[in-house]
Amino acid sequence: MDMLCHRNIDLEATELRLGLPGTSERPITTPRGNKRPLDDFMEGSSTEDGDHLECPSAAPPSKAQIVGWPPIRSYRKNSLQQKKLGNQAETTTRVYVKVSMDGAPYLRKMDLSIYKGYRQLLIALEDMFKFTIGEYSEREGYKGSEYAPTYEDKDGDWMLVGDVPWEMFACSCKRLRIMKGSEARGLTCCL
Amino acid sequence: MSENNHHLHHPQQNHFCPAETMSEDEEPSRPSPPPPEPGSKKTRNCAAVHPSPHSDRVLEIVLEHVLQFLTASRDRNAASLVSKSWYRTEALTRSDVFIGNCYSVSPARVTTRFPRVRSVVIKGRPRFADFNLMPQNWGGHFGPWVATMGKAYPLLERVYLKRMSLTDRDLCLLADSFTKFKELVLVCCEGFGTSGLTAVVSKCRQLRVLDLSDTEVSYDGVDWISYFPEGETCLESLIFDCVECPINFEALESLVARSPALKKLRLNREVSIGQLYRLMVSAPNLTHLGTGAFGHPEPQDPNNQEMDYAAAFSACKSLVCLSGFREVMPDYLPAIYSVCANLTSLNLSYANIDVEQFKSVICQCFKLQILWVLDSVYDEGLQAVAATCRDLRELRVFPLNAQEDVEGPVSEVGLQAISEGCPKLESILYFCQRMTNAAVIAMSNNCPDLVVFRLCIMGRHQPDHITGAPMDEGFGAIVMNCKKLTRLAISGLLTDRAFAYIGMYGKLVRTLSVAFAGDSDTGLKYVLEGCPKLQKLEIRDSPFGDAALVSGLHHYYNMRFLWMSTCQLSRQGCQEVAHALPRLSVELLSYEENEKMDDDTVDVLYMYRSLHGPRDDAPQFVTIL
Repeated sequence: MDMLCHRNIDLEATELRLGLPGTSERPITTPRGNKRPLDDFMEGSSTEDGDHLECPSAAPPSKAQIVGWPPIRSYRKNSLQQKKLGNQAETTTRVYVKVSMDGAPYLRKMDLSIYKGYRQLLIALEDMFKFTIGEYSEREGYKGSEYAPTYEDKDGDWMLVGDVPWEMFACSCKRLRIMKGSEARGLTCCL
Repeated sequence: MSENNHHLHHPQQNHFCPAETMSEDEEPSRPSPPPPEPGSKKTRNCAAVHPSPHSDRVLEIVLEHVLQFLTASRDRNAASLVSKSWYRTEALTRSDVFIGNCYSVSPARVTTRFPRVRSVVIKGRPRFADFNLMPQNWGGHFGPWVATMGKAYPLLERVYLKRMSLTDRDLCLLADSFTKFKELVLVCCEGFGTSGLTAVVSKCRQLRVLDLSDTEVSYDGVDWISYFPEGETCLESLIFDCVECPINFEALESLVARSPALKKLRLNREVSIGQLYRLMVSAPNLTHLGTGAFGHPEPQDPNNQEMDYAAAFSACKSLVCLSGFREVMPDYLPAIYSVCANLTSLNLSYANIDVEQFKSVICQCFKLQILWVLDSVYDEGLQAVAATCRDLRELRVFPLNAQEDVEGPVSEVGLQAISEGCPKLESILYFCQRMTNAAVIAMSNNCPDLVVFRLCIMGRHQPDHITGAPMDEGFGAIVMNCKKLTRLAISGLLTDRAFAYIGMYGKLVRTLSVAFAGDSDTGLKYVLEGCPKLQKLEIRDSPFGDAALVSGLHHYYNMRFLWMSTCQLSRQGCQEVAHALPRLSVELLSYEENEKMDDDTVDVLYMYRSLHGPRDDAPQFVTIL
């Protein structure tokens, strides 16, 4: 009796994961060698089940996630999971930030939440203020133009747009400023 | 079809039925290819091969002409059994070959028997593999098939693959071998990338159909869309809605503009709504449209307000099938209102819209026959469907939240409503968290035309949530009252009684899916002894053991396959079956990728009839008895 219990604990420890790479579900496989797989899941089966019930590490049947159940294909599951997360993001507030450009008489406002990445944002900025931003590189910042897009982050520091991953940027950006001329060049040359 | 062992030497045991079986997971309508003209060159060539006495020749020529009108594989299989002469003639005139299980027969055997094939359907992995119930790389390789067919069928026009693995090399070989290639349909396939696609689109100049439904394509940097040849194409159908690769929109736009025959276009979610607009404007004759994201208007587009999406949809007078909405922004939904009245098929199963948004669409779709939705439409949404879609034939309700033990938005209320409002229903797939026998019984009475009934109560062993009884009576009523039923998937708390009903009344059932059900071996015995038409049986996590397994020995040669995972089988029991039925390939699969089965328990049993003998491409986790 004890052996069975022990076996179960061991198997839980080696917890195998079967899932396609990139899936966010965390399946628990039905442990190999479990000669009575149903006992874990049958409600009300208490008689032969004494051992299982005594094992603290055996997951309570109704809460254990089962591989491949419900039978939804991974593609659909992943799509919808992203959707749920996406919706959560949408139902939180839109992210409006002030955008200033050196030399321009007044500021604009942009909703950062509608962009999926830097490319879209930069194209939008170029369009809004009718100028061209240069080529971004990690080493040298924005080359090929007298402008450099910067932003003020949560800590109050002015950062170059593009250095951190988009999600991080979108969360920490308080306002945007398109620097021009010597200030911009100073930024790119200081490295 | 007789069970006489003698007939096992003929590959006709692979039940060839493109019209029916293929449609189980997809839209039902698939027209059979038109019969070739009686005076075609093909038959004259056939006739020239067999010198025989004059009267026999006349008979054979007559037979050839007659057989051309037989398109359904089942009929052809029957014809081939009449006599040697019929067998020969039928083999020479068969142009469409259906291989339901790629390991049931070798490619060489197929090409030897059927020398003049234009179209091939091959299916690979078992369906339960879709749900991660076995490691990857089980098999189902297209390679050996394309290698053999490449030499034997230079005039091959159509390849349809389901759950097969293909490599880029396979696709290159396909493109090189078949100069008249016209249609490539890959459903639930994987293993290749955009390079392979590039080979096909650039070399197959007569390509009419490229359909990549639910197929994984890895992005290897090659921009396949831009490799279609210049000038007008023959493209009629381009489906890549599940392909998670970036798309060169300019190339796509140009392609659509120079494809005057294009009727079906299903875009992936990389295509924004603004881009969709431009495509629709240049292709107003589309009949089937997958809208892509249906969101993410390009922020830099100054003409955003000039994109009259509603007008673009209105202009598509022939649109009957709408899908996509992969990243839907519900504000744009009203644009589709003008086409709703014409729609026969609508797929919103990737669109997380709320009840009101859904109702505003569905209340206009009174011609709808096929509807796929998420359960986020709630019972209320389903009631709206019932009120409007009197002609509904197929309904699928997918869960937004695919878990157990959560509050479900749809229930027996929705099912009951559908049964009352949609009496012509033929096929239903319904995911829910709670259900009652009463609603299922009601459906069995209200929808006598049901052919496919798949109910997935997501909580395992869930009883009728009002009475607390098992769901036996509900499913029993389905098999009893739905006389046309061929496919059944059961769930919830089920005892052996449910199986007794299935065995007693499910005389036409061909496909049965069982999960977490039954009490004892008796349950499975009822089914194996009672269902003469059973072809495909997939069972998981149910208390069926060796005794039940051997009760089906009389039937296994008539089946496409049997899958049993996490049941109570032992290696010995499976061995017994393997010994009794030498033409059965009995595979024992291990859940762990790098290990073969080393003890007596069986993780997965997958067995299927095969003329081929054990396959030689089995990975480590597969043991073939």
